Amino acid sequence: MKLITLNFVTCALKSCKSSPASFPLHPRDATLEVIETDLNLAFLKNILPRLEWNELCVITAELGLPPLPSSPPTREDLVVKPEGEVAEGAEAEEEASQTAKDLHRVLLETTVKEGKLVCGNCGHEYKVMEGVPNFLLPGHLV
Amino acid sequence: MTDAEQQGAAYEEEHVHAVYEQIASHFSATRYKPWPIIERFLKELPDGAVGADVGCGNGKYLTVNPRVFMVASDRSTNLVKIAKQHQPHDSIVADIMNLPHPKHSFDFAISIAVIHHISTPERRIEAVKAILELLRPPSAEKPGSGGRALIYVWALEQKDSRRGWDEGNEQDVMVPWVMRAKKEKEGKKGKGKDQKATELSNEADQPLEQPQDKTFLRYYHLYRKGELEQIIGEAGGEVVEAGYDKDNWWAIATRQS
Repeated sequence: MKLITLNFVTCALKSCKSSPASFPLHPRDATLEVIETDLNLAFLKNILPRLEWNELCVITAELGLPPLPSSPPTREDLVVKPEGEVAEGAEAEEEASQTAKDLHRVLLETTVKEGKLVCGNCGHEYKVMEGVPNFLLPGHLV
Repeated sequence: MTDAEQQGAAYEEEHVHAVYEQIASHFSATRYKPWPIIERFLKELPDGAVGADVGCGNGKYLTVNPRVFMVASDRSTNLVKIAKQHQPHDSIVADIMNLPHPKHSFDFAISIAVIHHISTPERRIEAVKAILELLRPPSAEKPGSGGRALIYVWALEQKDSRRGWDEGNEQDVMVPWVMRAKKEKEGKKGKGKDQKATELSNEADQPLEQPQDKTFLRYYHLYRKGELEQIIGEAGGEVVEAGYDKDNWWAIATRQS
């Protein structure tokens, strides 16, 4: 499971969803694996406003990853500023900045291979096995 | 959960979930070509759009648009393991009735050939509600600007299909999935390979272990004309576009508020 997915999941229990403590889920006993994938700059730029930055900072800290910048990057931060003059009318190919590469690495390439995701509200633990988190609830919780 | 809901859930566990878990890899080998309407819906999305594929199966719709991000979910762990290979998306095991997503967090959702496996009218409405709840609501100034969901279900009216069901027939049916023992190379007979209606005759492309044919029965609720739209309405959604495509009813729905 990619770390970006933690931005879009919470506890599966209906009673937890209204509680702020249920988001984000907290990875525990996690084994991480980096799975490389192509960087898509347009995608990264457009997804910025969807990221719950403070929560992502919490998750990366809990996983012992290098800290994210304290404030979210802007669209401009993701692009290397063109050097010198760009010829009139020429469409310069945008180049991903180090910030973009770092963001891509942490959100889209860093995955939880094994471990648990714990709800901060009810304490329920969801297992992650072979990179797949399982959100099925036991019968007594449904 | 009420008794009826509990019975519905238990019934689906036995006659849907357990079956897919067993036929996963064989089923997946027959599911590779996206349907055009679904392909169009996914390709029209802006780069960076975020969506859910509820009941993703083997994840065949995760290959359509790599410029969006989809969190795909399915009840079957074996199918999710197949789906998770599709970059840049991600796949999780989850139940449509208890999806682990924050409300209103997605720009779009698809649920293809899923809610025809739900066995009571109340649960069908609940399932559509669960899909609609994922979507961004429309902004006050721009009605219709909210997230959109594309839903596909198998149609009762398919008299020209191999199954031949039509108006007036029983809507709740058990449909066999046959895993054939490899006796001779028959190929796929070229019958609209990607359609539900060919399932009975699907030959696996890969050799199978089973020495004998094995039949699994899956529960389906076949939707009458207008039934999908009605359920979407009862779930608090609004139908933006709807139609009939290759033995299926489909609808694009949005939230009313």
